[in-house]
Amino acid sequence: MTGNAVEAQGIVKRFGPTVALGGVDLAVEEGSVLGLLGPNGAGKTTMVRVLATLLPPDSGSASVFGQDVVAQASQVRESIALTGQFAAIDELLTGRENLRMFGRLFRLDRHQAARRADELLERFDLADAGDRTARTYSGGMRRRLDLASSLLTQPRMLFLDEPTTGLDPRSRIQIWDAIRDLVREGTTVLLTTQYLEEADQLTDRIAVIDHGRVIAEGTGDELKDSVGGQMIEARLTNPSDRPRAIEALTHLGCGTPEPSPSERELTLSAPEDGITMIEAAAHALREADIPVSDLGLRRPTLDDVFLTLTGAPATEDGAEPTTDEQHLQRHLPVSRADAPSPEDPGEREAAGAPR
Amino acid sequence: MIARLGWTLRDGYIVAGRNMRHFMRQPQLLLFSTVQPIMFVLLFSYVFGGAIGGSLPDGVSYKDFLLPGILIQSTSFRATQTAIGLSEDMKRGVIDRFRSMPMARSAVLAGRTLADLVRTIFVIALMIGVGYAIGFRFEEGVPSAIASIVVVAAFGFALSWIFAYVGLIAKGPEAAQSAGFVAIFPLVFASSIFVPVDTMPSFLQSIADVSPVTATADAARALAIGGDVWDPLWQVMAWVGGILLVFVPLCVRKYRRLQ
Repeated sequence: MTGNAVEAQGIVKRFGPTVALGGVDLAVEEGSVLGLLGPNGAGKTTMVRVLATLLPPDSGSASVFGQDVVAQASQVRESIALTGQFAAIDELLTGRENLRMFGRLFRLDRHQAARRADELLERFDLADAGDRTARTYSGGMRRRLDLASSLLTQPRMLFLDEPTTGLDPRSRIQIWDAIRDLVREGTTVLLTTQYLEEADQLTDRIAVIDHGRVIAEGTGDELKDSVGGQMIEARLTNPSDRPRAIEALTHLGCGTPEPSPSERELTLSAPEDGITMIEAAAHALREADIPVSDLGLRRPTLDDVFLTLTGAPATEDGAEPTTDEQHLQRHLPVSRADAPSPEDPGEREAAGAPR
Repeated sequence: MIARLGWTLRDGYIVAGRNMRHFMRQPQLLLFSTVQPIMFVLLFSYVFGGAIGGSLPDGVSYKDFLLPGILIQSTSFRATQTAIGLSEDMKRGVIDRFRSMPMARSAVLAGRTLADLVRTIFVIALMIGVGYAIGFRFEEGVPSAIASIVVVAAFGFALSWIFAYVGLIAKGPEAAQSAGFVAIFPLVFASSIFVPVDTMPSFLQSIADVSPVTATADAARALAIGGDVWDPLWQVMAWVGGILLVFVPLCVRKYRRLQ
């Protein structure tokens, strides 16, 4: 194999009393895509900023293609490109002017920069908007322009910090396609995301980061297996039925219920897949005379991975020990705000997808 | 070394071009930063002219006295824009992109101060035009008139680097603006810009006498309408050189270490 494009050992970064990164080890194999998955405030952006030479770590070391991100920062900058969480484009310039300016700053001459700008506007479906100021662009157009700005010279290593957060599905798919093209052309990618679905779609490996530490690493399938396959989900008509419902379902072999923001909602890992499980669950609930307004099966979501990985009663990293309740307060509002809304039970089947 | 300097200048020029475009694309900013200096020239000449005229040396009209001074007032106030512009850039993500690119570290700062210098020269030309319309004249010939403008612009450029530093350490554009005004107001008013220093109380005179603003005003005024040039001129050169020597490295260092 080709070796690692990025290697990081024991990266620590503090901001005053806050420990943003508490000793992160990371490796990205050349030509592959690593997803750094975590909620807001987990340390994803800080990690990307360290690797992209924007922020020196307090301790630990990191290298990109063997060059140290602190001592050899300017050499590292020759081979990387960064698309940050907030579109790093110039709003008062047109799309074309943005690309030409960044192209020239990437050391292209005037002519090359102009030609490359035209190509990229075409490729990212911005040709018609190329002469409008970026201020007038939609969120999706900004992100596409932002990504295009990273590709004026073919970077060997691309850092993408939440490339699709807040985008509509069509824009998201366009960004995904562009990333896949880049990977085919040989670019190594490290992307951060809050969405398991996105990590699943795009990455070869996923590192789950929480409170500044990598708490799990593996392929998407490995992570989902760690959560325990399918989940069964019920919405109770009467919240007071909750204990009885739990009893009825655990009797079938379901796991312990996950913390939930509402007494009505009940989520448990399912021992079996598919229609058999639904049938058994429906039967058990009817037998116990527990009315439900919704009952379904779904794949694990980011919430599930998170609650499973971080929801252990005692945290291992020595950070504040949390009860399940505190945990809920800490994690659920984050995933509720940014990940799929659970409000519409009919759409839970697609719950892993950001929207 | 030479190659590196070449890249720095080229990158600085590209960023300056971007900042000039910004200026042109904000018609309100363009309008007010044009109207404001014109307004100052007219207001100060006509409002204070009568009161201050009497304390001027014989044969010097207040318009002739004021104009070189008010160029410096306007240039100094304008220098605070460097802090605001840089601070706004940092609030947006675009500085992060610049910093992750293989471009010269000082180019963003140089591009900002150079673009501000171009704006300053534009405003100076405009104010001189207005001055001519109300009766101001350069008395010492074209080379001296140009030297007078260069002195003002050079001082403004040096101030820009101080305010670039303010912009880099301020917590946001609003903070940068407030900090800029607090610093620039006393500096501008406790000087020979608007009135002869010997009309001030003695404690203020001692401050105004050593102020770089007074040196700049005296040099620009002497070059414009006559008087002792060399004494204030070497002081201005020392101030400009000193400020740049201290603040350029300080700004670049801070820029490298932005969090």
